Amino acid sequence: MTATPVKTGPVKTVARNRTVRHYVSRVLFAVLMALVGVLFALPMVWLVLAPFDATPSLSLEWPDWTLDNFARLAENPYALRSIGNSLILGVGTMIVVVVLGALAAYAMSRIRIPGRDGILYGLLLLSSIVTGTAAMVPTFQIITQLGLINNYVGVLLVLAGGILPTVIFILKDFMDSIPKSYEESARLYGAGPFRILKDVVAPIARPGLAFIAIWTIVQVWGNFLVPFILLRSPDLQPAAVLMYTFYTESGQADLRLISTFALLFSAPVLIIYFVVNRRYGFRFHGGIKS
Amino acid sequence: MTTGTTTPAGSAIAPRRRRADDVAGLGTARAGLFVAPALIIIGVFLLFPAVWTIWLGMTDYRLTGLQAASPDFVGLDNYVEALTDPSFWNSLWLTLIFVIASGIVGQTLIGFGLAWSVRNIRGWAKALIEGLVLAAWVIPASVASFLWLALLDRRSGTVNALLGTEGTAWLIDHPMEAIIVFNIWVGTAFSMQLFSSALSAVPPSQIESAKMVGASGWQQLRDVIVPNIKGHILTNTLLITLWTFNTFTPYLVTAGGPNGKTEILSVYIYETAIPGGQLGLGAAISLIMLLINLVIALGYVRVAQGRRKR
Repeated sequence: MTATPVKTGPVKTVARNRTVRHYVSRVLFAVLMALVGVLFALPMVWLVLAPFDATPSLSLEWPDWTLDNFARLAENPYALRSIGNSLILGVGTMIVVVVLGALAAYAMSRIRIPGRDGILYGLLLLSSIVTGTAAMVPTFQIITQLGLINNYVGVLLVLAGGILPTVIFILKDFMDSIPKSYEESARLYGAGPFRILKDVVAPIARPGLAFIAIWTIVQVWGNFLVPFILLRSPDLQPAAVLMYTFYTESGQADLRLISTFALLFSAPVLIIYFVVNRRYGFRFHGGIKS
Repeated sequence: MTTGTTTPAGSAIAPRRRRADDVAGLGTARAGLFVAPALIIIGVFLLFPAVWTIWLGMTDYRLTGLQAASPDFVGLDNYVEALTDPSFWNSLWLTLIFVIASGIVGQTLIGFGLAWSVRNIRGWAKALIEGLVLAAWVIPASVASFLWLALLDRRSGTVNALLGTEGTAWLIDHPMEAIIVFNIWVGTAFSMQLFSSALSAVPPSQIESAKMVGASGWQQLRDVIVPNIKGHILTNTLLITLWTFNTFTPYLVTAGGPNGKTEILSVYIYETAIPGGQLGLGAAISLIMLLINLVIALGYVRVAQGRRKR
């Protein structure tokens, strides 16, 4: 519904000047945005080309195509193990967070706990205030006291603690939208609460659970600070930390190794993100983003 | 199977009183069991550290030596030490510059500019631009850092090759500018996505009317677009401020150097507490950081509530 205002004939020269100015400013804006586009693309070109170059350097050049670097990477004792470590941490945290988060969200959705919404918002606020960086010192000290330094359990619990509030918040929303009649009929047939949660609620909440699972793995996969502080031995380091040691501690950086490893380490999250983005559209949730 | 019930739309935006019937026969005791494990982990690893920081900051706790075994209570000494240390104020000043330049100004303006320029185009160009910006956000921090180290390299970096400035050591001559640009590169995706969805919600009829009366692009922006997305701008600014203030990633590019020129607060805390071993002093500075976070987060809550009321 648009109202059509009465057109008063504007003075022609003014109109022409305006068109010219409008045109120039549009071109300038387009050029500026193209430059921004180049700025965003530049760093990534190297990531895509260097791994396939027989003799990569830091400068951009047309590669001397080869796949040898990937074969060499497989021979490096630390590289593949660290990717495995990242997987262990990511999947481990994901399981803890999804199981405990789903249990808590379901109970909060179905039982009227006094002050429930206040608790939820409070936890969400807490997780945005007590970030990995701001709580680095007490976290390090608590894990030291618990004797969990250099132990995946410590890393996993710290990561889970930071992620859980957001997870419970999202899953509770999901559970709230599940009609209660399903559970009522399941109960009529004599199913217990655990059974109902496993066989009735979980299948319906599957999209929500899947989203949380993927989101958690992506969060943990790239997290540098927590394992950097809490893990000591090189054998246990996840890829995020190993990548850093590759280019800081080796005297002469092995670019064939670094570039290939960087691509291998980035590819899973990039693929996950773009698949999820295409399928579900984009959703933001604050939380740990360190 | 089930009777044809319609799903109640559970939306958090319009809080309708929902029946919280105990349909699954949980019972309060069992519900408590369901909630307990998650709450215990949150309590021990999220809530407790925050409280523990207060105590830790009043001790002379160290990583090694006598104070590691039996730390003494030193009251407010750590705070006095921090607040009289020029390097702390330097760090706070650098953090302020970093947050304003890379977050509030850089990410917001470039994010909005990108959202504005792709709003009316469809197809590959839009997908390409959005994809690039998103990819920069998604790539793990330690990889992104290395990509920038390669780009800015003194001898064979692409930036020097493009600008014809061979031999310029950007990370030594302009370290702060380098991490600001780096952080814009990493974080712009959020603002771009937020403003994209905000712009798509601006009523087209208003823009059309503005065009009819001959408003220029800038006038449309000022009189139609900005009033419509005020709430989004505020939300964006607060979240970006919080995240930029708490980011540790610049450490991976410059490690706080050269000579502490990029030692933003997160890096300063790390250097003080972990390699420096002064856990007590580090905790005192952490508490200052937590309090600043609290202020920003409460500001965000107020904005969110104000928007929900309208």
